[in-house]
Amino acid sequence: MITGDGTASATHVAPRQGDPDITPELVAEHGLSEDEYERIKGLMGRAPTFTELGVFSAMWSEHCGYKNSKRLLRLLPTKAPWVIQGPGENAGVIDVGDGYALAFKIESHNHPSAVEPYQGAATGVGGILRDIFTMGARPVAVLDSLRFGDLDSGRVRYLFGGVVRGVGDYGNCVGVPNIGGEVVFDRGYEGNPIVNAMCLGLMKREDLITASASGVGNPVMAVGARTGRDGIHGATFASEELNEDSDESSRPRVQVGDPFTEKLLLEASLELIASGAITGIQDMGAAGITSSAAEMAGRAGNGVEIDMADVPVREDQMTPYEILLSESQERMLVVAENGREDEVVRILEKWELEAKVIGSVTDDSRFRVLENGVTVADIPALPLTDGCPTYERDGIEDERIQALRDTDLRNHWLPRGNLTGPFLRVLGSPNVASKQWVYHQYDTTVRTATSVRPGGDAGVIRIRGTDRAVAATTDCNGRFVYLQPRMGAMIAVAEAARNLVCVGALPVAITNNLNFGNPLKPHIYYQLRESVLGMKAACEAFETPVTGGNVSLFNETDGRAIYPTPVVGMVGLIEDTSKIVQQAFTTEGDDIVLLGENTNELGGSEYLYVTARLVAGTPPAVDLEKERALQQAMMAMTHGRHLRSARDCSDGGLACTLAECSLGDGETPLGIDIRLDDDMPPVPNLFSESQGRIVVSCSPEETPEVLRIAEEHGVPAAKIGSVRNAESSFRIAMSEGRIEAALDTMADAYFGALARIMDAPSTSGA
Amino acid sequence: MKVAVVTFPGSNCDYDLYKAVQQVGADATFVWHRERGLEGYDAVLLPGGFSYGDYLRAGAIARMSPVMEDVIDFAAKGGPVVGICNGFQILCEAGLLPGALVRNASLLFAGKDVMLRVERVDTLFTSNYQQNQVLRVPIAHGEGNYEADESALDRLEGEGHVVFRYVNGAGEPTDAANPNGSRRNIAGIINENGNVLGMMPHPERAMEDLLGSTDGIGIFTSLATSLSAVAS
Repeated sequence: MITGDGTASATHVAPRQGDPDITPELVAEHGLSEDEYERIKGLMGRAPTFTELGVFSAMWSEHCGYKNSKRLLRLLPTKAPWVIQGPGENAGVIDVGDGYALAFKIESHNHPSAVEPYQGAATGVGGILRDIFTMGARPVAVLDSLRFGDLDSGRVRYLFGGVVRGVGDYGNCVGVPNIGGEVVFDRGYEGNPIVNAMCLGLMKREDLITASASGVGNPVMAVGARTGRDGIHGATFASEELNEDSDESSRPRVQVGDPFTEKLLLEASLELIASGAITGIQDMGAAGITSSAAEMAGRAGNGVEIDMADVPVREDQMTPYEILLSESQERMLVVAENGREDEVVRILEKWELEAKVIGSVTDDSRFRVLENGVTVADIPALPLTDGCPTYERDGIEDERIQALRDTDLRNHWLPRGNLTGPFLRVLGSPNVASKQWVYHQYDTTVRTATSVRPGGDAGVIRIRGTDRAVAATTDCNGRFVYLQPRMGAMIAVAEAARNLVCVGALPVAITNNLNFGNPLKPHIYYQLRESVLGMKAACEAFETPVTGGNVSLFNETDGRAIYPTPVVGMVGLIEDTSKIVQQAFTTEGDDIVLLGENTNELGGSEYLYVTARLVAGTPPAVDLEKERALQQAMMAMTHGRHLRSARDCSDGGLACTLAECSLGDGETPLGIDIRLDDDMPPVPNLFSESQGRIVVSCSPEETPEVLRIAEEHGVPAAKIGSVRNAESSFRIAMSEGRIEAALDTMADAYFGALARIMDAPSTSGA
Repeated sequence: MKVAVVTFPGSNCDYDLYKAVQQVGADATFVWHRERGLEGYDAVLLPGGFSYGDYLRAGAIARMSPVMEDVIDFAAKGGPVVGICNGFQILCEAGLLPGALVRNASLLFAGKDVMLRVERVDTLFTSNYQQNQVLRVPIAHGEGNYEADESALDRLEGEGHVVFRYVNGAGEPTDAANPNGSRRNIAGIINENGNVLGMMPHPERAMEDLLGSTDGIGIFTSLATSLSAVAS
């Protein structure tokens, strides 16, 4: 009869009454090419029904099928002794010591957020939380990496405010602390906000459960919220470009979230997993029941048969097509041990949720869907999940980029003398300024585990009952990747690693979110390929394998793409929480030491954007060996407790890094005296975003040891100044220029920027 | 000291509160909102979170849970009850404390540290603090704006029912120090009988240096001290 290996053997499924005929236009509307349609007919042995077409449209969408990225993603390093689960499951998992494991992943919700920012962002958080607790891990932290256009646009302010409220309301209600992230404003993201949400979850190693439909005859159950018509074709929507019609017509494709239900679902799921009554569980995310059922079956090498009439629905007369493709939130698919269905129902009922048997695991390797006992879809399971065609495209760099890289920046070096004015402008630019306006809308302390809160380089969650902690950060400078993709992607990984060592954490693994334009365009595919190659090189150099992630393509509006933005979500381990390093200067009289070297590399800098609206020049070079040496020197310094504070140099250059160290969280700012003797004009000295640099402070007694450790690792290091007190100014002196600013003027620029723009009362300092 | 931590669907600070009670050496038990009978407990705590998703009004639905009858009874008999954040909202909805918590004046959620001044040290919950001591405690709420009419506020102040007030580092109750617009910078109050405390900030999150402050410990130790004094 039917074989599951995809050989053509026709199973007849009668067309369903009321369903439209399959026409070439209908196929195209479903996001499938003619070739892909032929391929479907080939593996089905016949033309698909309307329901089957919907299933393929979702499973073979870019979002679910990774058509244009899979071959590149296979290039990335994914293994290490501490990796328990690599790519392929709902989240990656690493061993963090003392019997604990950390599940973590980053995911995007870009297209929905462009249309409905609040729900788009909220459901993005909801989805990533489910990806974590479906592994058996309790979510312990979230981070958000957000990008918008310039804030002088009213629409951008609307998107920004909506996204932050959405992230906050959802995470706060579920009760998971936000410990970090980034917010970037650049015209490159004008029509296409980027909303990436990362989640970390903790569990005991033995609690890990996979999303696999094992045990032929076991019941398949839908648990959680009822299914409605929201979000149908969300996966297909995420795989298309936006245009001026996208707003209203796309609204039904945006999912609607309920964090209260999610909280109940989270507790119920963890209880279910602990009970042993289930053999597999997966969240229903993109492509809802379809993807969860098909993927679970595919992983186990089994089949699954489900009847749509048994699925709890909340709207009338839903067709199988609608039920299968609905992306209603807060639902899980569970495979129970045969005979233990009642236990599952009981656990869900305690949490005031529903659980219903909708089908069973079969041994015929088919994905079969019934409507009241009548078959409406019958597809070989493995070809459905793994048979999605993958493409390798031509990639050619856009010829204008080379010209941008070659832009002569020398005129920008000209300003000399008193540079306090430009410094305050850069410090107060939305990209550099404090993000307190954002993270004060997040609960950052619930669950009493946050040892380092947002505002520094990385967030830290301690593991109760041990001396250990895990640290996490998200990083990517899209401008750098735009100007030179391979280098820019390496920089994203390098910056993430520097951020982790600055809190005293050893970088161990990453998750990534690749946000790009339309990969069918050669210059975009070039960006994608080069970024993956850059990420590969850095991850290999730093021994930080990729355990999973997300790809979001087609981020374009009216033909204009976002900057290529491969966001790196990196995690690190802290063995002793007493060695966590502070982020700002703490003590008058401390020495300020620069690890690494200042270089004249103003390309792609915030200074250029603020003073000249320019994104041009060659991005700063990154040397992976030097970065590794710097990381190792930092680990030695923190292990030996030689440092008072550490901060990575990035946006806004050395001047802004020093400012952040001076101001801290605004409660106890301290003045500083710095002398720079580099052989270059003052502007690039202050504002280049050169790589491989960390600013540390230590007591003068520790300085010789700090310098010795640096030298031992081949890291250039020099004392550049001293920490003063709260009454002093912030002073940087160079041979041809200087900055001299009052701390309260700086605080006003830095802490007041976003609040002033968004019309909220300032929440600076106390 | 045996403490009940009442949990509603959507409570999410119950675990933190449980650990805080254990940290001061007392016995903590989770009591699910459908359970009945609080005899045998020395104190009842209502944790923070989003019970019932804050549908309708924060605390409005939780207030009708079966267990609340027992909480009201427990309080009427003089038993110590503490409501933190959503717990405070539930106590106001249940009529155990006057006034109401409404949306923050900024209309934004507020998640950060605040400074509180201890207004009275002769209560069950503050005996281990110094008069006018300034505490650093985190808040995390969208509806923490304490409102009551003028005469109710005057009565609260006049009868010394204000226990915690939002202040700046120098101990002054300024507007800048008020994170949510609460009338008279009120952060926590007790009832007529002095056995029911409601407060918006989270003392259970200020129990360890590693997490930013140990200023919350006093509330739990004060309670333990008061109860052992009663027992002995």
